[in-house]
Amino acid sequence: MSHILEVRNLKKTYRRGGGVFADASQGERFTAVDGVSFSVGPGETFAIVGESGCGKTTLARMLLRLIEPDEGVILFDEHDLRSASPQEMRAYRRQMQMIFQDPFASLNPRMRVGEIVAEPLAIHEPRLSREQREKQAAAMLQRVGLGEEAMGRYPHEFSGGQRQRIGIARALILRPRLVVADEPVSALDVSVGAQVLLLLQDLQRELGLTYILISHSLPVVAQMATHIAVMCAGQFVEFGPAKLVLEHPEGGYTKELLAAVPEIPRTGQV
Amino acid sequence: MGGISATSLLFPGDGEDCSDYDGNVSELLNLRGVTVELPTAAGWVRPVNGVSLRIGAGECVGLVGESGSGKTMLSLALMGLLPAGARVRGEVLLGGSEEGGASSSPTKEAGSSAQTAREAKNLVEFGEEEWRRVRGREIAMIFQEPMTSLNPVMRVGAQIEEAILAHEPKIARDLLHRRLMAALEQASVPEPEARAQQFPHQLSGGLRQRAMIAMALAARPRLLIADEPTTALDVTVQKQILELLDRLRRDMQLGLLFITHDLGVVARVADRVAVMYAGRIIEEGPTEEVLQAPQHPYTKGLLLASPRLERGKLKPIPGSVPQLTALPPGCAFSPRCEFRREECDRAVPEFRPAKGDHNARCVLL
Repeated sequence: MSHILEVRNLKKTYRRGGGVFADASQGERFTAVDGVSFSVGPGETFAIVGESGCGKTTLARMLLRLIEPDEGVILFDEHDLRSASPQEMRAYRRQMQMIFQDPFASLNPRMRVGEIVAEPLAIHEPRLSREQREKQAAAMLQRVGLGEEAMGRYPHEFSGGQRQRIGIARALILRPRLVVADEPVSALDVSVGAQVLLLLQDLQRELGLTYILISHSLPVVAQMATHIAVMCAGQFVEFGPAKLVLEHPEGGYTKELLAAVPEIPRTGQV
Repeated sequence: MGGISATSLLFPGDGEDCSDYDGNVSELLNLRGVTVELPTAAGWVRPVNGVSLRIGAGECVGLVGESGSGKTMLSLALMGLLPAGARVRGEVLLGGSEEGGASSSPTKEAGSSAQTAREAKNLVEFGEEEWRRVRGREIAMIFQEPMTSLNPVMRVGAQIEEAILAHEPKIARDLLHRRLMAALEQASVPEPEARAQQFPHQLSGGLRQRAMIAMALAARPRLLIADEPTTALDVTVQKQILELLDRLRRDMQLGLLFITHDLGVVARVADRVAVMYAGRIIEEGPTEEVLQAPQHPYTKGLLLASPRLERGKLKPIPGSVPQLTALPPGCAFSPRCEFRREECDRAVPEFRPAKGDHNARCVLL
């Protein structure tokens, strides 16, 4: 009850080697996500942390059905996404949005920022007039800390941090309930990354968002998460409330990850 | 400029440069007022502006900065790899070398090799021919993404051999192989014989970076520039590479210029740290001093904006890095600075001493 997202025994296997033209029997099987189960309550930030190749991005994409799972159940608001019809899926998808790592690759360079942000409205709310769409886009840009004048400009005119704000505005314009953020600050400078993390926290409070945060960075996860899952070789090797995982890790792998983080010494006189 | 001896550099008597050198480590590299200028559509810009910095043999200096700070352009200047059309001014003095870490006196007789003990050279005045003798041989560099610096269609061993042959073309075949194996072992590459036969894509990210390090160190350089060498690696692998670099610089008395945006990494590897902003070093000193008692508001800001394992309120720095074409007249950080005063915009602040050899370019000091 009262879970916004529930995942049971999710699995995804790829064939390694073999190639595009090989028949399905060739190549060895490689399990990217190996039976993952968890649930996320409204307003929580569920962080999935792990090293490269652990399967965290495949998992994130399966949650939105951008990658089809081989096995398992995904319940969004208690509705089974895997058996949803295309029309139903469309309705659910507007409630689940994604923020991507690379703000340079995820925005169409030929579109003006106003169009980029308003585009989801054109798809999901075709009855809105152009003026109404633009008005909402302008308000959302304002909300993420960009001025209305951003509307008429192109992505390349913005810095990395500003582009990530544009990506956030686009993700939030449909007022989703669940946002999957895949490494949202790892392409950004420290000072700008902190701005984006704080913005995400503010927006979460204000709009009642639920986050699934995918990250390789334990310090970033430590700042954001209510719950943490540590992923390794396609499985959750540890998960629980953030404080518990960070301060009293049970698993050897979690301890190893925590010990490897280069810590900044405490500042004496700031 | 080229005739300045290494001895006189230890006592520069230069008021502008207040990074007093303690003289315990023999000096390897001395940058004085290095400025790099690049032509753009909007006129000349200065990605590196009056940078003075010293690195001793066996010392690790961390160069910290965000994108656009000029840290990478500075490293390219030290390698003679600036883009065409760039202008460099100032002095990049590579001190006389001696394999055993003896003093830098130019009068000391070189024992072991013709490369040792002579007057410091100002690399800024070098032509391409002279650069070829220094690049790779005396100063080597490793990069963030080893895959882009390794030749994908050449076996790892052959690439390392190529690096050795570039400087020692007449080396005997069997000696070359021994040097290759020694280089791989030095970089703690497991099963060096087998790895040497592999192609870069067959190696993991961490092994690739080890192969890069083996290649960089194969010609026994005295200075290694590491430009974000662990940024693309997982933390557990990063830890191993940092430990490796730390051991190598101690064992080989290697000067290490470690460029990174990560203050945690700097804390782990660097003896001293220099923080760059908009082309200038704005604070420098012993790593612990700078990180625990930062003096420049930008350094303080970076520390408060860096996520830590301990949960706390992040405090971002407002605004963004200024464009090089539109730098403010005084302190480049002043538009983002909460302590801004009128005098900040009058002139670029000079270095002021904080404690010992810890200095910052801030009027608040």
